[in-house]
Amino acid sequence: MFRRVDEAGAVLRLEFEGEAVLAREGDSVAAALLAAGARAFRDTAISASPRGPYCMMGVCFECLVEIDGIANRQACMVPAADGMKIRRQRGAREAA
Amino acid sequence: MSDRLDAVVIGAGPAGLACAALLAAHGATVRLADEQAEPGGQIYRGIGRIAAEHPGMLDVLGEDYARGQAIVAAFKASGAEYRPSTLVWHVTPEREIWVSCNGRSEVWNARALVVATGAMERPVPVPGWTLPGVMTVGAVQIMLKSAALAPHARFVLAGSGPLVWLVAKQCLAAGAKPEAVLDTSTGADQLSALRHLPMALRGAGARLLFKGLAMIGAVQRSGVPVFRGVSGIRIEGAAEAESVAFRAGGSDRRIPARIVALHEGVIPAQQMTRLIGCAHVWDEGQRCFRPDVDEWGSSSVDGVLVAGDGAGIFGARAAEHAGRLAALEALRRIGRLSAKERDALARDDRRALASQRAIRRFLDRLYPPPASIRAPADEIVVCRCEEVTAGAVRDAVRQGCMGPNQAKAFLRVGMGPCQGRLCGPVVSEVIAAARGITPAEAGYYRIRPPLKPIGLGELAAVELGE
Amino acid sequence: MSAFDLIVIGGGLVGGAIAWGAAARGAAVVVLDEGDVAFRAARGNFGLVWVQSKGAGMPPYAHWSRRSAELWPALAARMREASGADVALEQPGGLHFCFSEAELEARADLIRRMHNESGDIGTRIVDRAELRAMVPGIGDRVAGASFCPIDGHANPLFLLRALHSALLRAGGAYRPGHGVDLITPDGGAFIVRSGAESFTAPKLVIAAGLGSRRLAPMVGLEMPVSPLRGQILVTERVKPLLHYATHILRQTAEGSVMAGDSQEDVGFDAATTVPVTRAIAARAVMTFPALAEARIVRMWGALRVMTPDGFPIYEQSARYPGAFAATCHSGVTLAAAHALDLAPSILDGALPAKFDAFKSSRFDVPARG
Repeated sequence: MFRRVDEAGAVLRLEFEGEAVLAREGDSVAAALLAAGARAFRDTAISASPRGPYCMMGVCFECLVEIDGIANRQACMVPAADGMKIRRQRGAREAA
Repeated sequence: MSDRLDAVVIGAGPAGLACAALLAAHGATVRLADEQAEPGGQIYRGIGRIAAEHPGMLDVLGEDYARGQAIVAAFKASGAEYRPSTLVWHVTPEREIWVSCNGRSEVWNARALVVATGAMERPVPVPGWTLPGVMTVGAVQIMLKSAALAPHARFVLAGSGPLVWLVAKQCLAAGAKPEAVLDTSTGADQLSALRHLPMALRGAGARLLFKGLAMIGAVQRSGVPVFRGVSGIRIEGAAEAESVAFRAGGSDRRIPARIVALHEGVIPAQQMTRLIGCAHVWDEGQRCFRPDVDEWGSSSVDGVLVAGDGAGIFGARAAEHAGRLAALEALRRIGRLSAKERDALARDDRRALASQRAIRRFLDRLYPPPASIRAPADEIVVCRCEEVTAGAVRDAVRQGCMGPNQAKAFLRVGMGPCQGRLCGPVVSEVIAAARGITPAEAGYYRIRPPLKPIGLGELAAVELGE
Repeated sequence: MSAFDLIVIGGGLVGGAIAWGAAARGAAVVVLDEGDVAFRAARGNFGLVWVQSKGAGMPPYAHWSRRSAELWPALAARMREASGADVALEQPGGLHFCFSEAELEARADLIRRMHNESGDIGTRIVDRAELRAMVPGIGDRVAGASFCPIDGHANPLFLLRALHSALLRAGGAYRPGHGVDLITPDGGAFIVRSGAESFTAPKLVIAAGLGSRRLAPMVGLEMPVSPLRGQILVTERVKPLLHYATHILRQTAEGSVMAGDSQEDVGFDAATTVPVTRAIAARAVMTFPALAEARIVRMWGALRVMTPDGFPIYEQSARYPGAFAATCHSGVTLAAAHALDLAPSILDGALPAKFDAFKSSRFDVPARG
């Protein structure tokens, strides 16, 4: 869905839903996932409708994902880090 | 632990950066808090990384964006304390500022508080707007700025406002050609804007207008299909955006697209100013709520000022000047400047601010948000978080619901994760229209802490000090 | 001037329940309510249908609460029928947690006392081990609890909406934005003025929460109510972890967890404060350590409507027998009794003797010598 305009930036290795995803230093998790072709990041708690990022600036809360075990994180506000494990948010979160 | 500072500035966009830098230059103890990891706000988002690692993107994004480097550099050299990755989650009218950083919360006290949290895109509730692949035009731009990522699928830009043309041009410069630009502004809008053209040509306006026209011309010459007077936008797709249908030039059309970027202007982000209890007014010209501030940015709450687009939409350049004016008034308030000194120091910024604002009324009239997105049709979801339609809100009004706070209680609108940020403006307008009153009379959500979710354990562990 | 059988002043849970109960019996009812930003206790309500500790030292209140809990399933069914809405009633039993042996003993004493005063409804003490079996995930610092099998919870906002909706369907009228300026007794009826409009009826109920104090004397009643602030936190939705009602925490049908039960005398100030919300959070985490990771999405303060002894006022005006006072701080618990027991009595024109204990004259303590 999105492609890199240039090749700059250190490469980071993340995992999304168990699959390897390559990102660049400086990407938000949302940008990294969109660049990897992910479109829906979560399902709503009410009707399980698929949702993806809308505003990319922390206002809409549509980009909620689970990062390293912690759910309900705004992917557009979290800088991608090497080794992160990201999962789609499905409905309500598990109280650990 | 509580700190007593001369000033706290919230937001690292142009207003906040300019404000904090000037406060520090006058010797005030000032701390700037921002949620992001790097300075620049949204307009200059990613400027540091772009300049350092993707310098080619500076040409793609344009000279207005590149200006951010100087603003950030001046801030960094000023000696103001900078606290990135810091979420402000509660502010009391007495200027107690509760922040969270790295899972830990603490409280700051400030003699003056400047809220520079900026603007957000006006929500654009059209059929299909909740499908994955639908995002704001600003979001596409953020991809370019924050990660040097350009659309790489069929994409359409739809709506009205200078940002649509700017991002179209930036995408083209990045090698990404939109399938189409759908301009919802109409001939009637253009006629109504003409009245404000003389004013718009004053100050910086003439240059801005010329630049705008050049931008639009460049997009058109690039061969991107441009449709004008577009209405009836609907985004189609089973589980994600697949096409966008619309009406233009008397016919119904459909364009396949996997990314549909929407934009109908920006509006002040009200969450923090409402939380603090600042009085707000309905700005009929910009069709939005904004905090009621004086010519310095002072709000109705003692010691709380608002600077930049959060006080009313006037753009990035105006925000710098407004930030400095707020700093000067804050300095007077804490006794570092007399009123006379403040006024003398303010002259240049005041003149520049007026110059930057000259074009605004013209733009507001040229690109008004269509009625169909301010008060959408019944079946359209207006509260995305709780999946509540405009029709459900109207039903509640018919049952006696008088305003957005009752609507919250009846329908759960505004009670989801976004805490009403995205639905607030639309719900107020839907209720106002349904009741035949003004949005000012209908009112707005009461905003409660925390401004963003905060862990129960983190709150439990807060040290109250004193 | 608009004429009705019954005017109810106050569109919250108390007024709403009484109004619907009357309308469902065929009375022509109008509810006069304020606007969008009134002090609305109904919006702050935690949602408990709670009986176990109600009425210590005041058996009529204990019995009244218990009666309401018994009537609640009927209310829920009628709400579903009349408005299509599910008010999310659950009566799985309720736990009152104790955080030390001393607290547990004091609780046991209270339960014993209430059994003696008002009869045994099955409330009993559960120790740490049994509590752990009932509620996996309970924290180590919880020493035990009192458990009452008939306690439960409902969604107070859905209830409020259902009552309004059912009122309209039963032919009742709802007038928001109609704060009352003046009530004038007029022969056997009352004239109620709100702005430029007037309403008249032979019967009137003042159920205006904190606004009742001002109105009551107009019809020879006294309703000495004062605000008592409670702050509440609510978290994001989490997967089910608590199905019992408890006095400090409950998990809603949507999955969010509410935490509360603070009490502050701060006048008409519904703001939240960090010290109190911190204490609520700390107690929630102590009770369910897993909640430490759950995030608070909203905090609010609401003003309970408190009488001097905390028990309701139900009274018929001696001077103007068509006027009635109704106020309490447990609008959800008592909704069923208000709708299905009090409203019919009001329509019959006289409050039976069981309401005598709720008169406001009980506050007239003789001066000490």
